[in-house]
Amino acid sequence: MGNIDNFFDTGRDALQEVEQRLQMPRREFLQFCATVAATLGLPAGAEAAVAKAVEAAKRPSVIWLHFQECTGCSESLLRAEHPTLEKLILDVISLDYHETLMAAAGHQAEAARKEAMKANKGKYVLVVEGAIPTKANGIYCKVGGHTAIDLLKECAADAAAVIAIGSCASWGGMPSTIPSISGADSSPTGSAGVAEILGKPVMTIPGCPPNPYNFLAAVVHFLTFGKLPELDKLGRPKFAYSRLIHENCERRAHFDAGRFAMEFGDSGHRQGYCLYKLGCKGPETYANCSTLGFGDAGENNWPVGCGHPCIGCSEKGVGFTKPIHQVAKMLNVTPPLQYPRIVEEQGKAASFASAAAVAAVAGAAAGAAVMLTRNLGLSHAAEEAERAKAAAGSGKTATDDKAGA
Amino acid sequence: MANHNHAAPAPVGGSLVNAITLTCGVLIALMVAILLVRFLFGLGAVTALNDGYPWGIWVVVDVVIGSAFACGGFSVAMLVYIFNKGEYHPLVRPALLASLFGYTLAGAGVIFDLGRWWNVWQMFNPWSFNPNSVMFEVAVCITLYIIVMWIEFSPVMLEQFGKAEAKRKVGRAMFFFIALGTVLPMMHQSSLGTLLVVLGVQIHPLWQTPIQPLLYLLTAITMGYAVVLFESCLTSTAYRRKIETHMLTPLAKIMLGFLAVYLVVRVADLVLRGALPKAFVPSVEALTFWIEMLSLIAPLFLIGAESNRRNPARLFLAGVLLMLGGAMLRLNGFLIGYETNVGDAGGFSYFPTLAEVLVTAGMFAIEVLGYIIITRRFPVLPREAATH
Amino acid sequence: MGTRRDFLKGVLAGGAAATACVASAPVAARETHPRPPEALGLLYDGTLCVGCKACVAACKTANDNPAEFSTLDHLWDTPLDTSGYTFNLIKMYRNGTMDAKDQEVNGFAFMKTSCMHCGDPSCVSACPVSAMTKDPVTGVVGYNPDKCIGCRYCVAACPFGIPKYQYDSPTGRIGKCELCRHRHKDGHYSACAEVCPTGATLFGKTSDLQAEAKRRLAMKPGEMNRFPRGHLRPAQEKALQGKPDGKGERHRHGWRDEPDQSYETQAGKYLQHVYGEKEYGGTQVLKLSGVNFQKMGMPDLPPDAAAALSETIQHSLYGGLLMPFAVLGAMTYVAKRNVKPDDDESGKEGS
Repeated sequence: MGNIDNFFDTGRDALQEVEQRLQMPRREFLQFCATVAATLGLPAGAEAAVAKAVEAAKRPSVIWLHFQECTGCSESLLRAEHPTLEKLILDVISLDYHETLMAAAGHQAEAARKEAMKANKGKYVLVVEGAIPTKANGIYCKVGGHTAIDLLKECAADAAAVIAIGSCASWGGMPSTIPSISGADSSPTGSAGVAEILGKPVMTIPGCPPNPYNFLAAVVHFLTFGKLPELDKLGRPKFAYSRLIHENCERRAHFDAGRFAMEFGDSGHRQGYCLYKLGCKGPETYANCSTLGFGDAGENNWPVGCGHPCIGCSEKGVGFTKPIHQVAKMLNVTPPLQYPRIVEEQGKAASFASAAAVAAVAGAAAGAAVMLTRNLGLSHAAEEAERAKAAAGSGKTATDDKAGA
Repeated sequence: MANHNHAAPAPVGGSLVNAITLTCGVLIALMVAILLVRFLFGLGAVTALNDGYPWGIWVVVDVVIGSAFACGGFSVAMLVYIFNKGEYHPLVRPALLASLFGYTLAGAGVIFDLGRWWNVWQMFNPWSFNPNSVMFEVAVCITLYIIVMWIEFSPVMLEQFGKAEAKRKVGRAMFFFIALGTVLPMMHQSSLGTLLVVLGVQIHPLWQTPIQPLLYLLTAITMGYAVVLFESCLTSTAYRRKIETHMLTPLAKIMLGFLAVYLVVRVADLVLRGALPKAFVPSVEALTFWIEMLSLIAPLFLIGAESNRRNPARLFLAGVLLMLGGAMLRLNGFLIGYETNVGDAGGFSYFPTLAEVLVTAGMFAIEVLGYIIITRRFPVLPREAATH
Repeated sequence: MGTRRDFLKGVLAGGAAATACVASAPVAARETHPRPPEALGLLYDGTLCVGCKACVAACKTANDNPAEFSTLDHLWDTPLDTSGYTFNLIKMYRNGTMDAKDQEVNGFAFMKTSCMHCGDPSCVSACPVSAMTKDPVTGVVGYNPDKCIGCRYCVAACPFGIPKYQYDSPTGRIGKCELCRHRHKDGHYSACAEVCPTGATLFGKTSDLQAEAKRRLAMKPGEMNRFPRGHLRPAQEKALQGKPDGKGERHRHGWRDEPDQSYETQAGKYLQHVYGEKEYGGTQVLKLSGVNFQKMGMPDLPPDAAAALSETIQHSLYGGLLMPFAVLGAMTYVAKRNVKPDDDESGKEGS
């Protein structure tokens, strides 16, 4: 991590302030910054920037809306350790509206929200948890007499950034996949995600629930750099959602070797074999569950690690749509570099020595043949000449002397 | 019965140590060393054989071409004993000697090319052998023929060692072995060609045909006569004896007869199968095809005229060209025109290693050395009152 | 001249012998052997294959074969082709930008390479010592190293280039897929089919696999369908559904107990050709592909097996050894007349 003093040559006061404010020893605080930076995939040394950002006295305002949700995403956040949620909401950000966590209720709560929005106009972060019903003008979800659609539009208008946390807010989630009674394609309440309602892209942190650090790291990135991290075309931060579960799964070797659990509890299942044949959706789900794990207990603490196939909860079209035990489609079939082609060049090329030897033999044979032919020709010509002379000399004609048996 | 106006066979005599025999000795020594490595470490250690080319020059040159070169004995025996042309009698022993060595070495060549040579007896085990296999028939025929040739050549040895009684006994049964010695080569030389049939589409259309046996048999007979021309001229020059033109000239005419039949059959087959156009598409195969064809056609022009057949230079050259052409037919069929089929194109290539070339050279060196030793020390060539 | 008469006699004798053999030789053209009715085999569906190579790993384990390396770091089994130590391989077809799977232009595709277990195998016909044999019931082409002489005629004969010799060993043997016949007694079928996650390699009776292949060719691309995995359960077994078959046993065709692993997925785009249906009279391993088979390394073969032609020639010429003995008889007769016992004697000339 480097020498702490290198980071804070002018900021020793600031650091002491942070210590006091966060009630966190220096080392712990810097470790938090390092962890966040690592989760974001930032280069080495970036933890310094993170530390500086967090030191800043003014805590940004956050408005958190709940719609068609189970509050699982908030619960997931409650399990975070670094920072713990209370540190986050009390010292890092100013959580000005959160229906589950705030003490106020009723008109008081709504008034607090309006005040925060006015005071921080254009600067607050809007976080949305839960899907938004659209059927019948959205009457299926109302808070304080206002529909979810109206609330969302009102709060999003002056927000600096909109973050949809959880699959429900990201793309509609489970509420959106329940087929209506008439068997039509949409859900009974017409649940939709935030981006669909607002008609503009937002950052989405899908998952059911998502790993809290995906959210936390994205928020800290925003605080540090003033902008959201790089997003894919579905609004998901690439540092968490650019890879398939399958690509980083700890059971991948079993898949590649063909070792599969066929039934829950069979010997393969007990040995931790791949769960593809049980319907694991890892091959078509983009998320980082396989690398991060849940509950701050590290890798291997996620559904597959516990022996249940991934259900693709973060992926629209997969999670809560495809049956849990239906075989997944392999999205990424790009084979590794070392893959035999249909035709591979094989066989040793002619060595210089052997090519030379063959050429030498051929040459010698040809040369000898030519020489012998020549010699035979010469001796034959000589013989013929002699015979002709003898024939001419003795008066015989050439025909009498035809060579015969 | 024909006239025998020639001298009886006698050893040529003279020193066995000269530049040629010494060179042969060195090549043989190298070959033995390489074969030792082959048997200790496997074929891959000394050859360039690979999964795409299971047969290299040890099979194609030493065995297939080598045995074809050794057909002199068979061709001459047919001429002398079946067609009763006694005037060629003096050619029998030297031709037989060359054949003997050629075939024995071809057989030895098979052994060291076999990957599991210790199981070779299975070929003669009635519980194992497969009569459907062309290779089975080739192997058994060649084995029998080698034995027959040693029997046919035994009178030479018996004569040299003064075993007159034994020689007489063998002589009485000789007619049967001679007959066998004409049938067996017809069988296996033609079947060497049939070996290619099961390879199917892997052989280039210029060389894949159901009439393989006929093509290989005709070329084998023709090559037999060509080898006689070649060896006779070579030996006469080497031992400074008179060229036996009185026999070689009419022999060459017979050779041309077989050659003509072969060429007609070969071209007709190419035309009827529609394969001839491939010879005009520029490729390595087209090139080697023309080398083969032109080598075989040239002798018709070289020694077509009677007067040319009296010229030993032309006879020798025609013989060499025919040997080359016949060898090319086999090289093309087994090696150059062979490709393990992998759909669009194959990826394997083969070129013999230096070790493979040296072993082949060593095999031919044994033949040359053996020929020299036996002709100089045993009664093979007709006695000649010549200076040497 | 006298010699001419003798010459003509010789020709006549030879001609008579030849005619005798041609007349007497059984002119039975050997028909291409069909696949036996209970033949076992595989169905490889290239559109289902995802190139995971689980089958390559499983085959190595099942046959106790060592890894082969083609990279600098000798860490992974990376053979470039089947060999004396690699009996099964997945090869990849690549074209252009390799955008989509099973696309011939600018796409990529996979092809399994292993023994086709031909109905009329060239290797079995070629082998002089019957080291390559075809089981009369299951049709599996097996290899026996104890008989093999290592002549590599099978290597040359196979049009698919499957049998391969172990050149690196002084006691090398031929290696090729034998359909895991050594595991059949334990109820295991081909390892490649057992482990395939997508059912791209399917084991079963060739007649059943043939029907399955036709069923797939009739599917519309993209249409959801049910695909079996592991081994193909014939219709009869499905009907029994585990009920007693009246003979006191749950009828499972001798293979190990395993759940029905069939699953639903979208059908791929197939070339309307079942490779192995007609080639060389039919092979027991059938293949389906979205890309042209020749581009995938499968040779274009005629419906008549080369072995049939080779054996027809051999039997016509040598069937029952009739012709050889006829010719030998003729030659012996002529030679006896022409060869005098003292013909070879030195010194007695001028007769």
